[in-house]
Amino acid sequence: MAEIVLEGITKRYPDGALAVQDFNLTIADGEFVILVGPSGCGKSTTLNMIAGLEDITEGTLRIDGQVVNDRAPKDRDIAMVFQSYALYPHMNVRDNMGFALRLAKADKAVINAKVEEAARILDLTQHLDRKPANLSGGQRQRVAMGRAIVRDPKAFLMDEPLSNLDAKLRVQMRTQIAALQRRLGTTTVYVTHDQVEAMTLGDRVVVMRGGVVQQVGTPQELYDEPVNLFVAGFIGSPGMNFLAATLEQGSLRTSLGDLPLEDRVRRRLEGRDVPRDLIVGIRPEDFEDAALVDERHTGHTCSATVDVRESVGSDVYVHFTEEGGPAGTAELAELAADSGRADTGMQGHRIVARLSPATRAAEGSPLDLWLDASRIHVFDPATGINLTHPER
Amino acid sequence: MMSHRNRTLTGWGVVNVLVVLYALFPVWWIVALSFKDPSTLSDGNFVPRKWTWENYHGIFQTSEFTRALINSIGIAVIATTIAVVLGTMAAYAVARLRFPGKRLLIGMSLLIAMFPPISLVSPLFNIERVLGIFDTWVGLIIPYMTFSLPLAIYTLSAFFREIPWDLEKAAKVDGATPWQAFRLVIAPLAAPGVFTTGILVFIFCWNDFLFAISLTSTTAARTVPAAIAFFTGSSQFQQPTGSIAAAAVVITVPIVIFVLLFQRRIVAGLTAGAVKG
Repeated sequence: MAEIVLEGITKRYPDGALAVQDFNLTIADGEFVILVGPSGCGKSTTLNMIAGLEDITEGTLRIDGQVVNDRAPKDRDIAMVFQSYALYPHMNVRDNMGFALRLAKADKAVINAKVEEAARILDLTQHLDRKPANLSGGQRQRVAMGRAIVRDPKAFLMDEPLSNLDAKLRVQMRTQIAALQRRLGTTTVYVTHDQVEAMTLGDRVVVMRGGVVQQVGTPQELYDEPVNLFVAGFIGSPGMNFLAATLEQGSLRTSLGDLPLEDRVRRRLEGRDVPRDLIVGIRPEDFEDAALVDERHTGHTCSATVDVRESVGSDVYVHFTEEGGPAGTAELAELAADSGRADTGMQGHRIVARLSPATRAAEGSPLDLWLDASRIHVFDPATGINLTHPER
Repeated sequence: MMSHRNRTLTGWGVVNVLVVLYALFPVWWIVALSFKDPSTLSDGNFVPRKWTWENYHGIFQTSEFTRALINSIGIAVIATTIAVVLGTMAAYAVARLRFPGKRLLIGMSLLIAMFPPISLVSPLFNIERVLGIFDTWVGLIIPYMTFSLPLAIYTLSAFFREIPWDLEKAAKVDGATPWQAFRLVIAPLAAPGVFTTGILVFIFCWNDFLFAISLTSTTAARTVPAAIAFFTGSSQFQQPTGSIAAAAVVITVPIVIFVLLFQRRIVAGLTAGAVKG
């Protein structure tokens, strides 16, 4: 168990491509940190640099107080779980899990005891003598975990360990990994592109884009106070809705009507250089069916025609099309491409609202929507910065 | 519908039988000859009238054949071992590493494979005489190794490319040195490829006639294919047909055993289950 410190870590490939740029992070002993971002954002490269599988171009990497930049992976005392699991196909489960200890020339009895202990924790005892080819996907995943935990390393590095499992198993394993990490108290760095995994697993989440860290914080911080458009759009499912807006006479003019500047928003915008054209971000749950809201005076009410109504039991998601053009920036285009929204070929700009199941919203009919104007976010379209973020 | 399929099957069956007959007929002819009594050698029968082990007895009686058999086995095994070991390491480098001159290396090895061996025989003859390795085991092992290495590198690098990168990374993180990762993880997985290559190289060395006849002059290093050419009959006027046939059968048997022994290993998909599935 150890603290991992990344100082100005940069990865530049020989062809000049910059994969990771000036990555700074201190991962506390026993902390569970998630690196999340769309594919190609440099999260796996960062993990490989911590593991020693890729060279660090610039910066300093410290594990447990020691600079390990030039140490081979085997001298860093870290364990890694791969997306493909990378189980040794010619060894049975027992040998797979004990491989690292065997290389470390541990005593046979010690190896056996540790492997059996790990197998007990992961419920693999009856499979110890089987080959990976004869295991199910979930079992293979557990063997990969077992290979990491028998070593009692300074840190676990996990590279999308759950992305090859089916949805149901993924949720189960997610819970199991969280419980296991808490029980062992081992520093863990976990890479994923799935923001739900990031939100549910991590003590802290690092959102990356194009090799640059966007924001580091607890899942709740990222959700409540995203620093920019990218983080705002990436975190949350369904994602935040973005509307083009102009600031006019103390209110925000959007295609949903003029949104009043509530105190919270006004206070935060004060003393900042606020351009006239803005982007307003509204989380789906900040909408409500106007008929179900008592205190309408604090927010804003508008009317829209429901395109699609999706009921998931506890909530009802209502999709409607906003007439005004979408708020278009590079960040939003990238987010749309990453989520596949760009490929669905839908015209117009979709807005999603999460309503109480008591709503009477019906497809094709108009609906009065209330939105909590005190919870909106205001972004600068040029820089993508969240102007309503408490810091900066 | 059914009859159409049946007719297709019958057609293919007939073609198969014809091909097998065509391929095996000379083999059977040699086997039959080797069992024929000298008096019935030229009677033209497919099946020997008088079965005899005399030809086999005969070739093992003189040191001419036994010595050649030892030479053949020794030279082929050593050349194969060296070629496969070197080829494995070179193929690994070709498949996994980036280094300057990689394309040159591949090109050079292809070049060697494309050279007609006959054009190299006389230079080799002179070189080997000057170096004093003419008519020695080394004098044959070196050209065999050289000519089989390109083949070994090519087949093996294809096998190495099939092995997932992640396995090696996992081994490194598990604490293996590059050599340990290669020996304990990569090499066992490449084993089917190594066996396949080994068999191909062995057959090449075992069957070679050109180098064996050109680079040897005595029984010191003469291999079986060359030695057979020096067989004489028991009298000046007798053709050594029976002995030649028996010797040919004797040197074919090891190859058949080799292939039968290892074909299951060649086919076995050892990498199954390494990654998701």
